[in-house]
Amino acid sequence: MTASYELLVELLSEEIPAALQRKAAEDFKHLMTSKIADARLTYETASAFATPRRLTLVIKGLLAKSPIVREERRGPRADAPQQAIDGFLRAQGLTIDEVEIRDTPKGRVLFACKELEGRSATEIVGQALTETIRNFPWPKSMRWGSHELRWIRPLHRILCILSDGEATKVVPVNIEGLIAQDCTVGHSSMSPEEFAVSCFDDYQEKLKQAYVILDPDKRAEKISVDAVKLASSANAELINDRTLLAEVAGLVEWPVVMMGTIASEYLSLPAEVMRTTMRTHQKFFSACDPKTKQIKKFIVVANRETPDQGATILAGNKRVVAARLADAEFFWQEDLRVVESDMKGWFEEIETVIFHDELGTQGERVRRITALAMLFAHQIAGADPKQAEDAAKIAKVDLMSKMVNEFPELQGIMGGNYAKHAGYSAPICAAVRDHYSPLGPLDKVPSEPLTISVGLADKLDVLAGFWAINKKPSGGGDPFALRRAALGVIRLVLENRISIALRPLINMAFSFHFGQSTDVPDSEEIETFADSWFDLTSSEQPNSVIDASHLNPTIARGLNPDPLVEEQSQDLMTFLHERLKVYLRGEKVRHDVIDACLTTSKSDDLVKLVSRTRALAELMKTEEGENLIQGFKRANNILTQAEEQDGQRYSAEVNKTLINTEAERALVAALSASEQAINQAIDRADFFTAMRTMGALRQPIDAFFDNVMVNTECLKTRQNRLSLLAWICQTCSRLADLSRIEG
Amino acid sequence: MALPKSFQDVILRLQSYWASVGCAILQPYDAEVGAGTFHPATCLRALGPRPWAVAYVQPSRRPTDGRYGDNPNRLQHYYQFQVLMKPSPADFQDLYLGSLMAIGIDMNLHDIRFVEDDWESPTLGAWGLGWEVWCDGMEVSQFTYFQQVGGHDCKPVSGELTYGLERLAMYVLDVDHVMDMPFNDPKASVPLTYGDIFRQAEQEFSHYNFDQANIASLKRHFEDAEAECAALLDTISHEDDSEEPTILAHPAYDQCIKASHLFNLLDARGAISVTARQAYIGRVRNLAKQCADAFLATEACQEPVSGSTA
Repeated sequence: MTASYELLVELLSEEIPAALQRKAAEDFKHLMTSKIADARLTYETASAFATPRRLTLVIKGLLAKSPIVREERRGPRADAPQQAIDGFLRAQGLTIDEVEIRDTPKGRVLFACKELEGRSATEIVGQALTETIRNFPWPKSMRWGSHELRWIRPLHRILCILSDGEATKVVPVNIEGLIAQDCTVGHSSMSPEEFAVSCFDDYQEKLKQAYVILDPDKRAEKISVDAVKLASSANAELINDRTLLAEVAGLVEWPVVMMGTIASEYLSLPAEVMRTTMRTHQKFFSACDPKTKQIKKFIVVANRETPDQGATILAGNKRVVAARLADAEFFWQEDLRVVESDMKGWFEEIETVIFHDELGTQGERVRRITALAMLFAHQIAGADPKQAEDAAKIAKVDLMSKMVNEFPELQGIMGGNYAKHAGYSAPICAAVRDHYSPLGPLDKVPSEPLTISVGLADKLDVLAGFWAINKKPSGGGDPFALRRAALGVIRLVLENRISIALRPLINMAFSFHFGQSTDVPDSEEIETFADSWFDLTSSEQPNSVIDASHLNPTIARGLNPDPLVEEQSQDLMTFLHERLKVYLRGEKVRHDVIDACLTTSKSDDLVKLVSRTRALAELMKTEEGENLIQGFKRANNILTQAEEQDGQRYSAEVNKTLINTEAERALVAALSASEQAINQAIDRADFFTAMRTMGALRQPIDAFFDNVMVNTECLKTRQNRLSLLAWICQTCSRLADLSRIEG
Repeated sequence: MALPKSFQDVILRLQSYWASVGCAILQPYDAEVGAGTFHPATCLRALGPRPWAVAYVQPSRRPTDGRYGDNPNRLQHYYQFQVLMKPSPADFQDLYLGSLMAIGIDMNLHDIRFVEDDWESPTLGAWGLGWEVWCDGMEVSQFTYFQQVGGHDCKPVSGELTYGLERLAMYVLDVDHVMDMPFNDPKASVPLTYGDIFRQAEQEFSHYNFDQANIASLKRHFEDAEAECAALLDTISHEDDSEEPTILAHPAYDQCIKASHLFNLLDARGAISVTARQAYIGRVRNLAKQCADAFLATEACQEPVSGSTA
């Protein structure tokens, strides 16, 4: 039999949540195809689709029957004890006449040979479908009526047919009285009648006539195309929203796109408010004026056509959106009243609202962020500390607003709007608006120096705070989104090339948390030391004690961290380094390269650290780099072995008078020259030059090993040569711990 | 079908419709509750194996939603229409759509959508899966398949419908402010609006809920209701063996409802901190759970015995 089958399955239920449909279709395909393949039934292609009510699977080029399989089992030797032979026969369900005895290198051995009949596609599919339905991996499933079966919502119909191009047959499946058929129904209200189908093409075509577009991508495309067309017919520009598009495509089987105009009384609402209101509550798209970006139209996707061309539907939706926008308008006007009284009400309220039980009020948090933001502004080119103070002070007031209470996702955005209304300068408004960014690995990173200052301050404060009360992320749990905050710090610093030492600022952030809340320095106190601070904390003397006797005690504690601050701050820095590793792996940097650099430099200047890592990664791509690693490892191995054997460490002090080969002389010359060049390049943070210089050592190192025996008879020469190796290791180690490099 | 003319017309039509498909039309439960789900006809009867089919109006109290009668659609006292069918019929969605037609919603002109909305009542220890139903973008009902009540699996599963009557009627009657909605026929000899009947009470209760309710006595009442509930359930185990103990599931559940409402009042009064809130909810849930346990042991939850008389 050569004919191949097409399998069509449709599971029709009550409405499946939009967010689950795509994954469910994939799971359906995966489960069915793997069960079918396990039964040795081969197929050519499989595709799955979902609508709000259907999961559909089509498998083409399916074998009609699984092939016959010959199964062979080796048993005991023919001269084995009778007991062993009987046991084998019993297990195989055979008699002694039914087994073969073959000569093997180990003697005459019993073999049980069975031919497994092929099973029909009907049988295999029926079983696979029953198992799939009974064990479907819904994230949350339910029972209904008196059934024991679980599904995402009540399951009403099973269509399951096999067709070979001429005939169609129903695969017998019966799950709790739900019997597979060759028919289905159309759109729930436009075409609820039952109809029979013969194959997938027939099914898809008849569904279309029954007002159902099976393919979610086609529904999304239709929505997108029609929405753009409608918007442009009204000289408006559709605001793209891929997430909403995917969701809406999962809410309708027959998308009909309509557009309505937003009543003029709401046009003064900020665009983000309008968009969020309509998107969250109504699942509407927004269209704006191409020039002013003011939203003027809403676009709604209905699930049906109507005799009145959607007039009733549109009118109903318009009323609902008007009520929602009226709510938003009310919040906005109420909030603006507070803004016009210089935000007095909010400044008072923020002092009473708890940020976290153990971390005090939002007001206290704002004072810490303000102090940190000013310190950052002192070190970030282009950021003005006075502006940072102003921006940080109002960065969180929108949390007190009615609008953000209603739409928490508008935090920051509303703050920016209120700041603008209050007459703050553009950079301050931008800093308030964007200081939460980036919210994830794909979110845009702000590039305004002021925004960066406030954003870093906000994130460091939250990290230090939860660190201080020991609420660090553990395993899968990260309720306070601290990993995201750490990634935010990393991306802000790296993508804006903010080359600063973070540890002093982290120390300060901890000091603000450990002291009394009243001790957080005010702007005047910050100014008394901030200007000279950068010099004081220069990395040249990281451990020197700073005279802070005349300063605020919290500042003093941050400048000269006590063991508690030191320990916590070190721990948080390690966490940042760990997150940096994750970030760099995402950027396709080899993990051993990251490790090699991180072992050598625990730098709190992430820009320098990454520059070093990238330079090493570049070097590793060259032949020179690869060979240098080999040379280094050879040197390092010989040296380590000798040190273990001799029980002493060899310094890099080479006695030039003991040098007696050309290769040694060349190596000494190369090391002397490059050591200096490398140090200078490191001082300039020019890691690419430094790495290239190190790479150039490959040739003299190779020549040395080719021509010189390290472990010679002459003890003094041996010692001197070991020192030469130590010098190699020491020079390379200035840049990275190359022993960490794999391979 | 002609459109309804008044709020009461919507209610009467829903009642006749659900009566016509076989539901017993009950009257509201005579206790202050936050939602129709608290009516023992739903909360207790969703448990156990026996079939059940009821529909009723339930006045519901949400003290925190009071707006002194000013807000177009927020009220501290409002009405829910509740349907509970056990086991949930296979055509429950169609029956529901029939009820919308009964109140004048033309299925050919409107866009009805079932949008995912899983239901959970932390105070009742109950949850279910379902949707909020949208009519042209407007939420008109909650549609839930009960999975658990009082921590017990529902077997069989009940289908529950909740209509927010004011909102639904305002939509059908095309009214923008709830207080302007005609309660009876506007052409009646004494035409009354919703505002005529409830505005003053909304104002008074908003003051009471937010400012006047006596926190100390509310707290005491809560403790009393909690203790009474526990005591009633406790009698089961201490009854002497001479006769079958009477399980006082309903009286105990009344105390649970009381405790729940007292908690809502305390909440509106701002007397409960964020952390204490969870503890209160846990205490009410604990009562609901024990009432459900007790109810499951009563006659109403035994397998129906066919053809035999006691």
